[in-house]
Amino acid sequence: MQRLMLLGDEAIGQGAIDGGMSGIYAYPGTPSTEIMEYVQNSQEAAEKEILREWSANEKTAMEAALGMSYAGKRAMVCMKHVGLNVAADPFINSAITGVRGGLLVVSADDPSMHSSQNEQDSRFYGKFAMIPVLEPSNQQEAYNMAYTGFELSEKLGVPVLIRITTRLSHSRSGVEKQQSKSQRELSLPEDLKQFILLPANARGRYANLVKSQTAFEAVAEDSKFNELYPGKNKKLGIIACGIAYNYLMENFRDQKPEYPILKISHYPLPRKKVEKLIGSCKEVLVIEEGYPIVEEMLKGFQEKGTKIKGRLDGSLPRVGELDPNHVAISLGIKVSYGSKVPGFLPERPPALCKGCGHIDVFNALNEAMKKYGGGKVFSDIGCYTLGALPPYNAINSCVDMGASVTMAVGAADAGLKPSVAVIGDSTFTHSGMTGLLDAVYKKSSVTLLISDNYTTAMTGGQSSLATNRLEQICLGLGVEKEHLRTFVPLKKNHGDNVKIIKKELKYNGVSVIIAQRECIKNVLKKKKAKGKLSS
Amino acid sequence: MKNDIILSGVGGQGILTIAAAIGMAALESELYLKQAEVHGMSQRGGSVHSNLRLSDKEIASDLIPYGQADLILSVEPMESLRYLPYLSENGWLVTNSKPCINIPDYPDIDKIIKEIKKNPNYLILDAVKIATVLGSPGSANIIMLGAASLFIDIAVEYFEKGIQKLFCRKGEEVVKVNIDAFHAGRNYALNKGSSGK
Ligand code: SF4
Repeated sequence: MQRLMLLGDEAIGQGAIDGGMSGIYAYPGTPSTEIMEYVQNSQEAAEKEILREWSANEKTAMEAALGMSYAGKRAMVCMKHVGLNVAADPFINSAITGVRGGLLVVSADDPSMHSSQNEQDSRFYGKFAMIPVLEPSNQQEAYNMAYTGFELSEKLGVPVLIRITTRLSHSRSGVEKQQSKSQRELSLPEDLKQFILLPANARGRYANLVKSQTAFEAVAEDSKFNELYPGKNKKLGIIACGIAYNYLMENFRDQKPEYPILKISHYPLPRKKVEKLIGSCKEVLVIEEGYPIVEEMLKGFQEKGTKIKGRLDGSLPRVGELDPNHVAISLGIKVSYGSKVPGFLPERPPALCKGCGHIDVFNALNEAMKKYGGGKVFSDIGCYTLGALPPYNAINSCVDMGASVTMAVGAADAGLKPSVAVIGDSTFTHSGMTGLLDAVYKKSSVTLLISDNYTTAMTGGQSSLATNRLEQICLGLGVEKEHLRTFVPLKKNHGDNVKIIKKELKYNGVSVIIAQRECIKNVLKKKKAKGKLSS
Repeated sequence: MKNDIILSGVGGQGILTIAAAIGMAALESELYLKQAEVHGMSQRGGSVHSNLRLSDKEIASDLIPYGQADLILSVEPMESLRYLPYLSENGWLVTNSKPCINIPDYPDIDKIIKEIKKNPNYLILDAVKIATVLGSPGSANIIMLGAASLFIDIAVEYFEKGIQKLFCRKGEEVVKVNIDAFHAGRNYALNKGSSGK
């Protein structure tokens, strides 16, 4: 069994390398980060000179991938589910421009919100953009979908969305590799107007996209990723989407399921197969990870007399990640619990690492803010979000990348004083810079504290595009020199740092304070790597 | 053959190294494997666990259902209790005895040990102490693996091969230290083998 042991994420990375990809674009975000990391560490990718640098955010990544497709080559762009919100504009429009080189968009959803602000379901985005969606049920399928996805995209002339969820992203299993395909040559579009979405062109292209839906459906109908398995007991038919198929089969380990089962991993819905299943069964149970999107699409059948069960009627939980137990209960199979978790067990939430610079930032900020009372600090997404927890209780918001800056601006507009934003370096270059430009333009009374740790720490220490550029960026955006301050967040500097913050809080205008100290985890990692080299 | 294993601990304690070692050993013995890991926020000192499934048949789910784990292998005593609903009737709970106290409301350790001993099959060991005696304080996790290996259906030679593969990039010396640690843990478990009631 000479197979590779790969995470679902890594399987996508390897599939794309073997599938003839020329470039991969991404911004780190759990649970998608390991796709890019895998390609970055791959010797094979290096030999093939595949482009593989992080982008400033998901929108720039999506656009760069579209640019590579324009130039005739195969490209992949990867992000977490909320990243697709950031990239939504180019994503939706890329369905209208269409592609040239195959274009794969990978969005990794996080049901149960293990490391996220919501559990939105990217399949809706696929439907919204009217493009095919692939949803792997296991690591091998993840590999196969990336491997064959470029050709699917080229054949249908649109980007293809691969939707994966946390569990598969971060689960390892054996994957068989296929023969590597060669990359495509650089070329220009035959029709140089294809990518110009002026209304006159866009209308034509949009009509074309609408017309193509029949073809997309026909391809999904014959897709090897969608399979209808017969079963004798027609009281119940089961539709299982993506990874939910595994949870279903786990409950039939020792015997073949008696019910007919339709496994769906390629959308749009294979309508004929769905109709065949529903037509022959009294009730249909839909098992899908995420939102009840397929279940909702089948509502029409309910009216015709087939009972549709799933997350909407309570057969399965409406929210959160599925598992084999939920599926067992929905099928009336007995679940045998072990013993109970003792009641006295406290939670052990994540916390900032010992010695982390953010701690000194929050200690200084809390002291400087003491006389103003609580509720005036907006923050953002990164390790420092943990500043919301005790003992710091230092921040009052965490909404989306960059929102600290602009929410502080809005609150200052409303009269809040002081109005403070705390943001990390990487989040600032992702989506904070434009908000700072707003603030400068409007002369808002806000204090922006950038906690610069020279990395994207939360996702494991990827390079930050902000490193060594922050001061120039702020000055370039128009922040006054006297109100651009820096300090080193260390215990011994605490008194001085508090003074700096206090002074800037009083200023009636934009001030930016940059706290500069490298992430401890990264320092240790570098030390370890260096030690290895010298020994 | 089927072994469903839950690995548990605290983010940063290195349970993924144990998972990788078992994974390598499973590969060597040509078993099917699925291993679900935890990445992201909880790796910052929060509770972490990993589901590891081995079988001679293809495995469907990445997650272990309730009441089916054959082994809970925990590098922290309190964390071993969090996954009890997953442990099967005849399953084993193998845990390190040294608490990792990074929360203000960590319960009394005696209360935790008492709770662990309520299980029909358990093995508690001070892996850090064994590692220190061995002169390699960094190998506590591999000592835990050695102890738990008694309850995993993989032959010792495959574990050795797995450890060899996992650490070979760090040099022969590191490989040897870890193979010794594996045996120290396994021998401890063999001698203590009767702790199950
Ligand atoms: S990973 Fe780095 S930035 Fe994040 S909490 Fe730890 S030291 Fe701080």
